[in-house]
Amino acid sequence: MPITTYAGTEVTVNDEGFFADPGQWREEMAPPIARLEGIDELSERHWQVIKFMRHEYEAKGTGPTVRVLGKTSGVSVKELYQLFPKGPAKAAAKIAEIPKPRGCI
Amino acid sequence: MAASIEKVSIIVSKGSLEGVYPGLIMANGARAEGMEANLFFTFFGLDAVHKPRHEHIKLATVGNPGLHLATWAGGLPGVSSVLTHYMTRKMDQLDIPSIPEFIEMIADTGAGLYACKASADLFGLTRTDLIDQLKDIITVGEFYDLAAGGQIIFT
Repeated sequence: MPITTYAGTEVTVNDEGFFADPGQWREEMAPPIARLEGIDELSERHWQVIKFMRHEYEAKGTGPTVRVLGKTSGVSVKELYQLFPKGPAKAAAKIAEIPKPRGCI
Repeated sequence: MAASIEKVSIIVSKGSLEGVYPGLIMANGARAEGMEANLFFTFFGLDAVHKPRHEHIKLATVGNPGLHLATWAGGLPGVSSVLTHYMTRKMDQLDIPSIPEFIEMIADTGAGLYACKASADLFGLTRTDLIDQLKDIITVGEFYDLAAGGQIIFT
């Protein structure tokens, strides 16, 4: 698997760009990953979603789907798509470096 | 990386519960992955965007061998309602939204919702009979223009 450097730390990523070890993620890594996803600057609303996803992942071992995010993160489905135009499930999970949620809805 | 799908246009042609959900799940999933998605409701699939009907979409209990229920039993009064109720309750436990809620969510994802003009004419439906989230009633030619460059999925 390829190795990339974010915020001065070498990390191993898979073909889709997800960390092999989500535990390596640090907040400073989020902005450069976001830029790769086409988000130039992370707003407070982006951070609310990212932190919520990290929290959910750490508590439950799996990331929330867009539906769960829309219901529980305090950010509506509509706004999630405005914040992460490349798809909230994938893009937000990648910026928060948690595995892509394994839910269909 | 392997080739990726950038855009899908999904046709929903059936008006049963099991006929409507797959198309909705695929459209919603496409948007969640960052693909562009359009939904085109045609023929009985129009019920999914028909204001008075979209809350009352039922499971087909006749002519549905997957249910493993004798055809005569499926045709008894009330069987379709009872099994629809059972199925929607199970879906609710799995946090699968109802059809009206799901369609609203899909519209919020930015997917385009369209109704088929030929079907609307056939059933005598106009824009006001259909849900507000619908973008337009379009012809098959306009559908192909929208779908250009992407994948078309018929359900």
